Amino acid sequence: MKKNSKLTNFYLALMIIITYIPIVITVVYSFNESKISTIWSGISLKWYEELFRDRDMKEALRNSLVLAFFCCSLSAIIGTLGAVGMSKVKTKANHVIEYLATIPIMIPEIILGMVFLAVFSLLSIPFGMTTLVIAHTSFCIPYVLLNVKARLAGMDGSLEEAARDLGAGRFRAFIDIVLPLITPAILSGVLLSFAMSFDDVVISIFVTGPKVNILPVKIYTKIKTGVTPEINALATVLLAATVLLLFLSGWIGRRAGRFENKEDGNEERN
Amino acid sequence: MREVILDLQDIKKSFGKNEILKGLNLKVHEGEFLTFLGASGCGKTTTLRIIAGLEMPDSGQVILNGVDVTKKEPNERDVNTVFQNYALFPHMSVEDNIAYGLKLKKVAKNEIKKRVKEVLSLVQLEGYEKRRTTELSGGQKQRVAIARAVVNNPKILLLDEPLGALDAKLRHQMQLELKKLQKSLGITFLYITHDQEEAINMSDRIVVMKEGQFEQIGTPDEIYNEPKTSYVAAFVGDSNILTGTVKECAEDKVVMEFAGGTVMAQAKGKSYKEGEQVVFSIRRENIKLEDHKDMPIKAVVKEKSFAGGMLRIVFLVSDNIEIVASRQGINYNLVPGEETEISFASEHVVILNQEM
Amino acid sequence: MTMKKRKNKSIYLMLVPIYAFTIIFVLFPILYMILLSFLSKAEVWGVVKEVTLDNYKKITEPLYIKTFLDSIKLAAISTGFVVLLGYPFGYFMAKLSKKWKRRMMELIMVPFWTSGLMRLYGWIIVFRSNGTLDQILMGLHITKSPLKLLYSYEAVVVGMIYALMPFMVLSVYSSAEKMDWTLVEAARDLGATKFKAFITITLKQTMPGLLSGVILTFVPSMGMFFVADLLGGNKIVLVGSVIQEQLTKGRNLPFAAAMSVVLMLLTTMLISLYKRVTGSGEMEGLV
Repeated sequence: MKKNSKLTNFYLALMIIITYIPIVITVVYSFNESKISTIWSGISLKWYEELFRDRDMKEALRNSLVLAFFCCSLSAIIGTLGAVGMSKVKTKANHVIEYLATIPIMIPEIILGMVFLAVFSLLSIPFGMTTLVIAHTSFCIPYVLLNVKARLAGMDGSLEEAARDLGAGRFRAFIDIVLPLITPAILSGVLLSFAMSFDDVVISIFVTGPKVNILPVKIYTKIKTGVTPEINALATVLLAATVLLLFLSGWIGRRAGRFENKEDGNEERN
Repeated sequence: MREVILDLQDIKKSFGKNEILKGLNLKVHEGEFLTFLGASGCGKTTTLRIIAGLEMPDSGQVILNGVDVTKKEPNERDVNTVFQNYALFPHMSVEDNIAYGLKLKKVAKNEIKKRVKEVLSLVQLEGYEKRRTTELSGGQKQRVAIARAVVNNPKILLLDEPLGALDAKLRHQMQLELKKLQKSLGITFLYITHDQEEAINMSDRIVVMKEGQFEQIGTPDEIYNEPKTSYVAAFVGDSNILTGTVKECAEDKVVMEFAGGTVMAQAKGKSYKEGEQVVFSIRRENIKLEDHKDMPIKAVVKEKSFAGGMLRIVFLVSDNIEIVASRQGINYNLVPGEETEISFASEHVVILNQEM
Repeated sequence: MTMKKRKNKSIYLMLVPIYAFTIIFVLFPILYMILLSFLSKAEVWGVVKEVTLDNYKKITEPLYIKTFLDSIKLAAISTGFVVLLGYPFGYFMAKLSKKWKRRMMELIMVPFWTSGLMRLYGWIIVFRSNGTLDQILMGLHITKSPLKLLYSYEAVVVGMIYALMPFMVLSVYSSAEKMDWTLVEAARDLGATKFKAFITITLKQTMPGLLSGVILTFVPSMGMFFVADLLGGNKIVLVGSVIQEQLTKGRNLPFAAAMSVVLMLLTTMLISLYKRVTGSGEMEGLV
């Protein structure tokens, strides 16, 4: 395999730089003293102070976290049980359900928003946290389901059989062998779900209702009404949180890698 | 004879419309090393899985040590398996892998430690307790898999092509070690392989399987020297399977016409009618190329090649029948196209059971 | 009597949550949406329970046809740029050393995981009148007055490309990663030029990744009304915007449903087309 030329490496670097331009600018201006972000008037933390004083914002953040917690837990449970169950009981219905379950991430979000708005009105479920949790869970399940399913498919089925052969009951074999091996897949599915839930504007706008304020919707309306340095500060905080989350996921990934029998890993050691 | 430890009674199994096992009957004796030999897809792994309880037969009984275990779960049976791909738990150390079965049986902790140490020295892996299984070489994984199974003192150890993934040299060494291990432990081994050499080297008895049925059950000597069917003859060792017409059957000799020549065989108590078609086999190494004592047959050398440490010579006799002979060494002064003679000594010609 | 493989009842219980959730909150809502699309809006509130094709007829009105075409055009333009910029990125990335692959992946993932809104917000700062870009251009004396880039078609396209690029990069990368590079060498050895080898070998082998990247870019871009909204002002009307407007302002649920059904049909067609193409395409690639 040939290595990249200088030109292609330059291209890769340029693209990365462009990707980071808006992010860097957002972060830089969050420390700007001036309210008008086109003018630089010195370093200040006042927008962070304002952000942390903003009760609305804090409430929105809390609501978003609560929402993410519920939708992540639900999708972790439903998705994992579903993936494991489908690997055990093989019926044609599984394919149909799997296809249907992944529709929420296949179609444009706006349709999902529309559909939920209609159905929740029909069933007269009051718009608020419940409707948000249901809607978010619907598009988070596929991430867990597909992740765990892929892991199970890549897993050596004889491992579970070996445990049974050595004297473990069905449940014990699952707890001792299968669960530890699919945990990284569950966690990475959950992590992705968390990011998606925390980021979703389109669907949330339709199902949030007047009483519950969540972060992405709040940010959307704020940006629509005008640029304020407070948003820059918020963006910076969220960015820091993301980087932290990514470190966490990298760590989980490395743990997962340990369980895999990598031939090249052996070569490196020798 | 030693006691029967496993009794399979009319085991049948289908997957969908595919009949995998067509009514198997087998008695295995205590301390025996029994090998299932067959091509892939013959049902040998399914048989083993049914004995382990990982698969349920559609009908028939599995009697283990006098008890009907047909409906018992794998964890309720006193058998352990060495899986083809080892199936070592990747998230556990060598020690935890081996101790897993004992922990489930709630054996005391220091007792577990002791037994793990013992079994590790048995498989020559002393000091490997804390190693991660993913760091081991193929041969080491193999030993851990065996240790993990035998530490539980099973009534029967099931081994599903345990040496399949190892290279030829290591495989040969492991064959000897396994045989030694089986002798010292006294455990019954049920061993699966598609390698006839492995089967002959290790087994007390061999079961040759074909399409869900047992073709022949017997000692390695019986299987090798007295194959009952053309399948066994072809599969175990490399035999030429040929058809002759009986000319004469007198006393203990059968005289057959074959390819314009005459072939003699031992009747072994059976009688054959004149004009009857008989299938017989002769091993490649037993085909005589010179110093003919029996009636020689005219043959043309078709090709000559070197494979597997042997020289392989293909002859063409009349009716376009191919006969393959083999010899040690890399050369033999026959050249393709040359006309020559070959002959079969009567003691090497084995008449096979006609297949239904 | 035949005995089937033992199966514990509890295994079936594991399937209950996903079956129940999917039927109640995915299948039923979609069926309801389809039903709604054949009803019509009541005078004051709710829907009239009478089957009609009016909504679909309304979609064929020039105004809405234009909206669909505009959306498809914007999606196609954005996807085109994403292919042009993202394909080489994913491809070259797969050729990096192991260490740099990992670093590159981390660099891509950080913005990918940050809020999409926040990333758009960054572009607002860059693009708006007297924003960063204007300041740089004017500072360098390339332009004399602010360019008024924000609230333009170009800004929306940039926003779309930016939001969707990672999907393309990641899917191209994953298939380039699996690629058998010796095939390229074999083609070169057999006398293919670099270009010819790329077209006949590399492109074919990375086709599944490229196509799935196209789907992952094209499909969402049809519905990302907030990008058009924030970066394009009110100038650009997309299907997504119409659906949203019909729901919030027009309160015309049946018409929004009909638009959604059409949009969903379009997407489903694209996805099944992808499945068919890669299904056979992969086989060809191997031979």
